[in-house]
Amino acid sequence: MLNAYLDIIRIRFLMMLAYRVNYYSGIVIYALNIGAYYFLWKAIYGSSESLGGMSITQMTTYVAISWMARAFYFNNLDREIANEIKDGSVAVQFIRPYNYIIVKMMQGLGEGLFRLLLFSTPGMIVVYFLFPISLPADAHTWLMFMAMIFLSFLINSQLNIITGLFAFFLENNEGMMRMKRVVVELFSGLVVPISLFPDWAAWLMKLLPFQAITYLPGTVITGKAAGNAALQALGVQLLWFVLLIVPMVWLWTSARTRLFVQGG
Amino acid sequence: MFYLSLVMEYLKNYMKTRLTYRSDFWIEVLSDLLFNGLNLFFILVVFLHTRLLGEWNEYQILFIYGYFMVPYGIFITFFNLWNFGERYIVKGELDRILTRPAYNMAQLVLENMDPSSLFSALTGLAIMIYAGTHLDLALAWYDPIVFLLLVAGSVLIYGGVYMSFTALSFFSDAPTGITALLWNLTNYGRYPVTIYNTVIKLLLTWILPFAFVGFYPSAWFLDRANWGGFALLTPLVGLVFFGIALVIWNTGIKRYRGAGS
Repeated sequence: MLNAYLDIIRIRFLMMLAYRVNYYSGIVIYALNIGAYYFLWKAIYGSSESLGGMSITQMTTYVAISWMARAFYFNNLDREIANEIKDGSVAVQFIRPYNYIIVKMMQGLGEGLFRLLLFSTPGMIVVYFLFPISLPADAHTWLMFMAMIFLSFLINSQLNIITGLFAFFLENNEGMMRMKRVVVELFSGLVVPISLFPDWAAWLMKLLPFQAITYLPGTVITGKAAGNAALQALGVQLLWFVLLIVPMVWLWTSARTRLFVQGG
Repeated sequence: MFYLSLVMEYLKNYMKTRLTYRSDFWIEVLSDLLFNGLNLFFILVVFLHTRLLGEWNEYQILFIYGYFMVPYGIFITFFNLWNFGERYIVKGELDRILTRPAYNMAQLVLENMDPSSLFSALTGLAIMIYAGTHLDLALAWYDPIVFLLLVAGSVLIYGGVYMSFTALSFFSDAPTGITALLWNLTNYGRYPVTIYNTVIKLLLTWILPFAFVGFYPSAWFLDRANWGGFALLTPLVGLVFFGIALVIWNTGIKRYRGAGS
């Protein structure tokens, strides 16, 4: 069984490899993006040394790392699932001897690994030479960060799967998928690190799962959170991973009794 | 006349699909507004920590942001072609379009029209007016006309750049994720270009002229003495980029061969 799932990761990885030219141009565009962000933040900092407890170097590192990490955890599982539900091909998944949700996760992982190796890593090297970024030197922080972005991937995929499965109940969940995307970008700290939010908003963000996707790993890699604080961040991620299993499994099991195919 | 009746028919169709998935319509309007709110939020948070961005204050930046939303909303209403490659080329729906008498681009535009995005344009206008009242701008009688011209130019730039990249689907058989990535770059045209280095400034002005959908045209109202001339280039740049896009598009469509099945 495990072999079957590993094969799914491999197949998706190879599928992505077929389109690799896209990704080379993607590196240039990401570098431009990070560059524009860098100058924007530089103008925002003006003459001040630190904002929300982050220096300009930490902020640049945060932005660069967050975008590169996003390449790994980002996927379109929500859309894939919604499409399979709408065109009815999901019906076949009910009778196959594997778990549909795990299959989707594995496909996302194959895609993520591809982007991590062929996109984020070379991209990060390019960006490292272009902009003042300070990356940690010790292996321990890097291992911690790797574990954390893996959890980011799991949590983000869970949210995607949950959104996608809503297609069973909403018929057309286009709006919901868009909404999810905005919410994740805003509340995960991709646009602005949560430490810059006004207090009440930061407090609210800490009660939601989204900060676990970008902000928490970002604080660890920039050195803003170290030692116990880093472990605590990892704990928060683990907690959300476990909590999100519940609605995901519940949606999938109750969907079985609700499936109706629109057309096709 | 022929095209006008097409517009009416497609609008009717649009209303019908909308009424089928009613709750979804409002979620979409809301998420569009939220999406724009994302950038508004960025501005508001940033100005909690600083007084000036470059040499521009919060209301000036908000004004630019408001302006930016107007052409953006209009553009999204008409150029909603995000999944062109997948839907029309991979699945072969373009065959259907090409057998019909109306110009293919016009049909694509009408088929994917999304009037709900006009809400974004209206919100932008409101933000612009709100920020403008805090800035005591000196307006001349011809400024509303200039505004319309600038917006038209900006919409053409959007349309041109976007159409060029959509046309890439004709030349490469891989689904191009590039458009989505590029899209992030539009955001940077909204901030004063003076803050960037030469490379990014040149890129945003002449190569992917997103500074002309935000900063330059707004500067007509904010700092006419320094930027007025540049602002007036907007309609011209719009025409040039839209023209180039049409050429690329028409070349591409000649290369199109149906995809199997």
